[in-house]
Amino acid sequence: MADQKTLAEPGAAAPYRRMTRAMEGRLVSGVAQGLATQLKLDPVVIRLMFVLLSVVEGVGVVAYAVLWMLTPQQPNEGRPVPARDWSQLAAFSAIGVALLAFGWLTGASQGGIGMLPFAVGGIGTIILWQQADPERRKHWVSGATKSIRKNRVRTLLGVLLVVVGAIGFLAVEGQFQEARPGLMFTAVVVGGLAVIAAPWLAGLWKELQLERRERIRQEERAEVAAMVHDSVLHTLTLIQRVSHDPREVTRLARAQERDLRNWLYQPAQDADATLAAAVRRIAAEEEDAHGVPIEVVCVGDIDLDAQGKLGATLKAARQAMVNAAKYSESPSISVYAEVEGEETTIFVKDRGKGFDLDAVPLDRMGIRESIIGRMERHGGTARVRTEPGEGTEVMLTMKVEKQ
Amino acid sequence: MTRVLIVDDHRLFRSGVRAELGDSIEVVGEAEDVDTAVKAIADLQPDVVLLDVHMPGGGGQEVLRRVLGSGSQVRFLALSVSDAAEDVIGVIRGGARGYVTKNISGKELTDAIRRVADGDAVFSPRLAGFVLDAFASSEAPSIDPELDSLTQREREVLRLIARGYAYKEIAKELFISVKTVETHVSSVLRKLQLSNRHELSRWATARRLV
Repeated sequence: MADQKTLAEPGAAAPYRRMTRAMEGRLVSGVAQGLATQLKLDPVVIRLMFVLLSVVEGVGVVAYAVLWMLTPQQPNEGRPVPARDWSQLAAFSAIGVALLAFGWLTGASQGGIGMLPFAVGGIGTIILWQQADPERRKHWVSGATKSIRKNRVRTLLGVLLVVVGAIGFLAVEGQFQEARPGLMFTAVVVGGLAVIAAPWLAGLWKELQLERRERIRQEERAEVAAMVHDSVLHTLTLIQRVSHDPREVTRLARAQERDLRNWLYQPAQDADATLAAAVRRIAAEEEDAHGVPIEVVCVGDIDLDAQGKLGATLKAARQAMVNAAKYSESPSISVYAEVEGEETTIFVKDRGKGFDLDAVPLDRMGIRESIIGRMERHGGTARVRTEPGEGTEVMLTMKVEKQ
Repeated sequence: MTRVLIVDDHRLFRSGVRAELGDSIEVVGEAEDVDTAVKAIADLQPDVVLLDVHMPGGGGQEVLRRVLGSGSQVRFLALSVSDAAEDVIGVIRGGARGYVTKNISGKELTDAIRRVADGDAVFSPRLAGFVLDAFASSEAPSIDPELDSLTQREREVLRLIARGYAYKEIAKELFISVKTVETHVSSVLRKLQLSNRHELSRWATARRLV
């Protein structure tokens, strides 16, 4: 809208701005627009104000003329004189004519100065309406129309009954003519009170919202404080007490880091529902138990199966991690779990000292039973690659049909 | 001698990195936020910028946008405590040539800096995992098949990185040279940066895990 644009554009850069009439977006001569910019209101409000005042004894027309004479025109800087928005002008004229006709029919325009309170009240309402936040304005309108629409029949019937009843009562009593000024007075008072109370109510509402937001923020703060106190401070104290043991310090720091990450990013995962979550949980547990960092990377994911095939794979993976942590002397362990279609593969790799697979005594259950045997019993495969000095990598493969 | 600028808002961390870097690396300066970083990069012209992802004033992505947007050829290695997919994919697509987490050892960091200085890409196991996941999860038809999918070889290389293999070990495993491994990784980086598959970013945002 052209009006909004001119409103947003800053006028002269001087600290004290003199009111000027801009050519762009004007309807008659730019007085309403200049006044709107000066008062930081919507020009539509000013225009409605002038129309309203003009109906009352032509006050608006006089005021407009005076302002027009007093206000200098804004220099147009060589641009072509912009055209007027005739449709808007027509709309304002129509409103003016309608108001005039209404005034003439009801005899209100002959009311003279007595009509001014109405005009003032109307202008006040328009300004308030325009000052309200657009979001809220929409909310008001939709709220009001919604509740009216919902009970349309009942509301209409009620209003009709009240009006008919009141008029009937007054007519019967023969006091209709006398009651008119009183009714008008009541309307003015009620309108005035509404105008006075509206900003206060709006302020109260705003304050309430602010308070609510503040409370939410405080609750969040309390939660963070509790978290920091329960775990982070606790861990820091523990670290100071075991500062002579670097391995333990690392273990504590890693565990705390993992906790904090979990809390910050909150992966919505049930540790016992999917493969990736289970691998992460097992790695975390073994890292805690043995103090060796275990880096986990997961690609793809799958729900754990009912037959326990993946459960067996996870048990074998845990055993591989335990072996690496206990015997390899590797500074860290890499775990990579991948789900590709129906095939699930888990790699557990260390950079430790490695060993000669054939030289492992037959009674050592770790690799032969807990890893290779277990995988084969469940229809999967396990492959161990190792050489003295080359580290070890255990690869576990299992096929599971997707549900 | 590789000239490095450290950009991080934690002073303690900057001095820690400075102490850890080997003799082959010269730290020419430090910066603590987006504005000082952009200025320091213009003034000092370092070979590699170690870039923190989360910083006041828009973070690492803002530095990338402003520096690379002005046509600079400086190379960036992102270094962050976060390894949320959003952050990782975000800085890589912003133009960083690699991403490592802050718990990396001094020796590994030195290697990574040298590799970035030579124009290669640096993928941590986790970044490799993210890339595999992101490119695998494509169900929508791709616009540019060359850019939107990984070759068999690239996939193999990434998988080995995710499994914790060093470049040298990957070369040995696949019977190729280290240089070829580096070429594959650089090509994946290019795809990651240029592919306009919108799921890539969406995938990263949707996947907020650690």
